[in-house]
Amino acid sequence: MTLAIEVKDLTRRFGDFTAVDSISVDVAVGEVFGFLGANGAGKTTAIKVLIGLLAPTSGSARVAGFDVLTQSEEVRKRIGYMSQRFSLYDDLTPRENITLYGGIYGLSDAEIRARGDAMLNDLGIMQVAGKLVSTLPLGWKQKLAFSVAMLHRPDVVFLDEPTGGVDPVTRRQFWEMIYAAAARGTTVFVTTHYMDEAEYCDRLSIMVDGRIAAMGTPAALKAEFGVSSIDEVFVRLARPATAAAAG
Amino acid sequence: MRAPERIQALVAFVVKELRHILRDRQTLTILLLLPLAQVVLFGFAIRTDVNDIRLAIVDAAPDDASLALRARFTGNGRFRVVATAATVDVLEPLFRRGQADVAIVIAPGLARALADGTPARLQLITDASNPNTGTTMQTYAGAVVRAWQAALPGARQGVTIEPQVRMRFNPTLESVNLFVPGLIALVLTLVTAQMTAISLSREKERGTLEILLVSPLRPWQIILGKVAPYLLLAFANVVTALVAAWVVFHVPFRGSLLLLLAASTLYALVGLALGVLIAARTESQRTAMMGSMIGTMLPSTLLSGMIFPIASLPWPLQLVSNIVPARWFIVIVRGIMLKGAGVVHLWQELLVLTVMFAVLFAVAIRSFRARLA
Repeated sequence: MTLAIEVKDLTRRFGDFTAVDSISVDVAVGEVFGFLGANGAGKTTAIKVLIGLLAPTSGSARVAGFDVLTQSEEVRKRIGYMSQRFSLYDDLTPRENITLYGGIYGLSDAEIRARGDAMLNDLGIMQVAGKLVSTLPLGWKQKLAFSVAMLHRPDVVFLDEPTGGVDPVTRRQFWEMIYAAAARGTTVFVTTHYMDEAEYCDRLSIMVDGRIAAMGTPAALKAEFGVSSIDEVFVRLARPATAAAAG
Repeated sequence: MRAPERIQALVAFVVKELRHILRDRQTLTILLLLPLAQVVLFGFAIRTDVNDIRLAIVDAAPDDASLALRARFTGNGRFRVVATAATVDVLEPLFRRGQADVAIVIAPGLARALADGTPARLQLITDASNPNTGTTMQTYAGAVVRAWQAALPGARQGVTIEPQVRMRFNPTLESVNLFVPGLIALVLTLVTAQMTAISLSREKERGTLEILLVSPLRPWQIILGKVAPYLLLAFANVVTALVAAWVVFHVPFRGSLLLLLAASTLYALVGLALGVLIAARTESQRTAMMGSMIGTMLPSTLLSGMIFPIASLPWPLQLVSNIVPARWFIVIVRGIMLKGAGVVHLWQELLVLTVMFAVLFAVAIRSFRARLA
């Protein structure tokens, strides 16, 4: 098995607070990996370490075959990232956003044009290619943001709550795009709060208080906890932590 | 990433930045018209030269000499006599109520003193509640007295020797000549430091900066891409301010335009580095705006010598003024515009700005990277 992401004993502290506590995760190439956890469990911090926005306090992480700390430039070329917040420029058009990111990732003008046309056609938004992104509906924007994050055909794409606030139909279309990307060989590392989406993942992990409390295929996790949905698995794991915090 | 790709990435980034600027028409219009508006407003409204000076005369025992002196004042277009009295008692209420700006007190026996060659006593009193105009009025009044003295018949000249102050470079004491260099500094500070801080912190606030930091772009490319368009805008502003000053107020331009543009570029780079630094250290657009207001605009206005002479500041502020880039830049611009000074005369100020830029840029890049640590 070739690994797209190898995380070993990764820890990240902020002062006395340990946001990520010695986690280890391996993700295979082409896998759709769900990275779950309650708010504040440390998911976003872990992702930031993996994409090179934060340095690990200890432990190691390799993404797309390169060390995130010592070979961050090689990593950056090979990953795509879509953050919790909307990651395109509102005051530019879809076409201009495509041109910008294509240029940043070193695509040729011809490549940018060809891939941009294909993308806008696939998304069915060619007719608004020249309108400001701010005028598009949220669902379109999110799909466009994902496509732009995939523009340079990254080996690994990190999606941090990509479907927040999006309607169910669009969420389903979004997941079809994720599957299509995985089928082309891109590894997808995705966080979500929608447990139905978690069921779509090849494998997933659930983070509680900075640690990985459970990891496996959705079916294996449900069997392990003797429940019928990932939602129940999640609540069982997250509840003790929440209760302790409240008490 | 190879060099051509680095350039290509930078170009893509600059194009995007230009689009942001061009698309925000309102801000762009304001930024482009700002130097024009400021030159006109400051030039007309905030002038420190004074034309209508209200004069009170105290002449206890008028004689030929004192009448001749008084005629000098009444004949001078700048002075308007508001009171003539025999005792100084009238002065206190006049000054208190703000009805007089300057008073001249002539001691009795002026003509005889002049004839005898004994010291003649004259007193000039100025309302210095506004120190700038006060100094100017004092200077005008002194000039009238000197002119009168110089016209005294033969032997009487030079009874008292006063230091002669010639107003070089700005003989008419046109305040607009002194303001324009300060305005150029102010506009440049606004366009570079403040706009960079705002536009960079906007990316931070919206989360797009994260996307850029995750991309193969390096910090210097992001910074350079951010500041390049504003540098262009800064150039346009300097030229606008110069043209406005020349057309509207006939402010002279005696030195090298090339040197001025070069110095402006240097100053703009200092401002841009400051803007990047402020954005790196603040979390929101609003804080960045307040930060750049307090950190750059206020000192550039108040501690730069633009309005208040450095020498008239209390010494702690004089010390602080040394780290205000505008202070050095204004000396450079005044030197070039009003005195025709060259690099030979201004190398120290240019050096100070260069060092400031180097330090600020290094710190800015560091604090940009520090986010990642």
